[in-house]
Amino acid sequence: MLSAAVDFSNVDWNEMGIATWDTVRMLFFSTLFTMIIGLPLGILLFMTSRSDSNGSRALYSVLSLIVNILRSVPFVILMISIIPFTKIVVGTSIGVIGSIPPLVIAAAPFFARLVETSLREVDRGVIEAATAMGASKGQIVGKVLLPESMPGLLAGITITTVTLVSYTAMSGLIGGGGLGDLAIRYGYQRYEPSVMIVSVIVLVVLVQLLQMLGDRLVLKFSKK
Amino acid sequence: MIRLNQLTKTYGNKHKQTTALQNLDLTITQGEIFGIIGHSGAGKSTLLRSINLLERPTSGEVWFGDTNITALSEKELQHVRRKMGMIFQHFNLLSSATVYDNIAFPLRLVRTPKEEIEQKVSNLLKLVGLEEHRNKYPAQLSGGQKQRVGIARALANDPQVLLCDEATSALDPQTTNSILRLLLDINKQLGITIVLITHEMHVIQTICDRVAVIHDGNIVEQGPVTEVFLKPEHRVTREFIREENENAELLDAIIESLPTNDHAQVVKINFLGTSTYEPILSVIVQTTGVSFAILQGTIATMKDTPYGQLIVRFEGSQEALERTYRMIESQVHELEVIR
Ligand SMILES: Nc1ncnc2c1ncn2[C@@H]1O[C@H](COP(=O)(O)OP(=O)(O)O)[C@@H](O)[C@H]1O
Ligand SMILES: [Mg+2]
Repeated sequence: MLSAAVDFSNVDWNEMGIATWDTVRMLFFSTLFTMIIGLPLGILLFMTSRSDSNGSRALYSVLSLIVNILRSVPFVILMISIIPFTKIVVGTSIGVIGSIPPLVIAAAPFFARLVETSLREVDRGVIEAATAMGASKGQIVGKVLLPESMPGLLAGITITTVTLVSYTAMSGLIGGGGLGDLAIRYGYQRYEPSVMIVSVIVLVVLVQLLQMLGDRLVLKFSKK
Repeated sequence: MIRLNQLTKTYGNKHKQTTALQNLDLTITQGEIFGIIGHSGAGKSTLLRSINLLERPTSGEVWFGDTNITALSEKELQHVRRKMGMIFQHFNLLSSATVYDNIAFPLRLVRTPKEEIEQKVSNLLKLVGLEEHRNKYPAQLSGGQKQRVGIARALANDPQVLLCDEATSALDPQTTNSILRLLLDINKQLGITIVLITHEMHVIQTICDRVAVIHDGNIVEQGPVTEVFLKPEHRVTREFIREENENAELLDAIIESLPTNDHAQVVKINFLGTSTYEPILSVIVQTTGVSFAILQGTIATMKDTPYGQLIVRFEGSQEALERTYRMIESQVHELEVIR
């Protein structure tokens, strides 16, 4: 029924190509900054949560609260409510560049929690062995925690990137550009389902590729 | 070399507290293999982990050589810890690193030059007999092989002391013995002091020079293994020795059932050292004229010291019996009339 009503001849493949490229760029930069902010944040959450100093535990409570708040606000609302902030940081709130701050602010706390969870999986005994060998805190992070949790971290990056794919589509709502933007403009506003369908197919393929790549990396780093 | 001074460790918060160690004093001498034995929950791990301050005591001091390490800063402590190797019941190897990289780990922590690492790790692999496994991951090794990697890793920084936390408890008896032999070699060849904790008397008996028995957070008995083993004083020590001797209960039943009087007694004789191998008993009874039956006899070694134990039933006049005992006592380690 649908296929009978859909005419793919009016899909502008050039525009589709540009939108795909925009999505890939949004994804790349938002993932990059999410890692840059989320990884240290996740490590900090983990280290402060198991520390026995009172100051560290207080810091953990504060960080944890902020992360929980950011994670409980729906992305659409977060995206709209931080428009002024976005303008200050990158000078615009639309297009590929304008979409990156809200994407990162939404995804970094999520990724930080995944990092924290992965680090918790590392055998306490191994951390203890490193401590007994005279490793400093920094060495424990760099030489024990990160290598030992690499499969978990890679799985976390994959999950975060896939989540970001759907976020980039949502940022189309405020003119963020990319495939989501295209799908909404044509499919919803002008009622041209063909463009929407192709956009969605491209997104599905993108997610598939990311997941396959992620799974392969996880496998490569699993030594257990 | 290691001295624990009035060590107390309390776990928990204001509401619920467990005292794992209480005013514990202990001195470990350079070059010895010191065993600490105790039941589960006695405080063994807490004690061992206090030596390198993986566990900070609630009060008391830990001395390493002439340094009070409880007073050191975190950085200074890291430095001291490199002089103490540690091995664990569950090995605690990096699962993401090969055998080679696991052993190289402590060397890389102190930025050892690459060639030196290569040479050191190769020597250690040879020492623990794992040369052909250097590129394997821990998941590909057996328990005994993993512990060998653990030992090599612990030796990489040329430590003065090796701390062993139930190092053989996860291993089968045969593998246990091969690991114990390796530890003994390390102690003899490299002169490294070894402190080990265990709940198995067998381990103590096989390699330790001195032993301390820990119970409810306190040392209840300590001394040279031969002495503690042959003259156990505390109830817990006796239990451990009994556990080693599988036939103890059967023997008790047999002894119970034997008729005894002034002219027939059951005696336990302990031999130690070279007298173990001599025909003392048969020579003595020939002169005193008593007759005897051996109910049970064991012969074993404690580290390098041979020792034997005989449960003997003597029959004869009271006078002859006493003369026999005196003669035996003058030649062997110990004699005790059981019934
Ligand atoms: N981290 C901890 N928190 C609370 N209690 C502990 C902790 N570690 C050990 N304990 C308690 O301290 C006592 C001694 O434990 P441990 O030293 O592990 O004994 P062992 O090694 O002889 O089995 C036990 O009662 C145990 O429950
Ligand atoms: Mg223990």
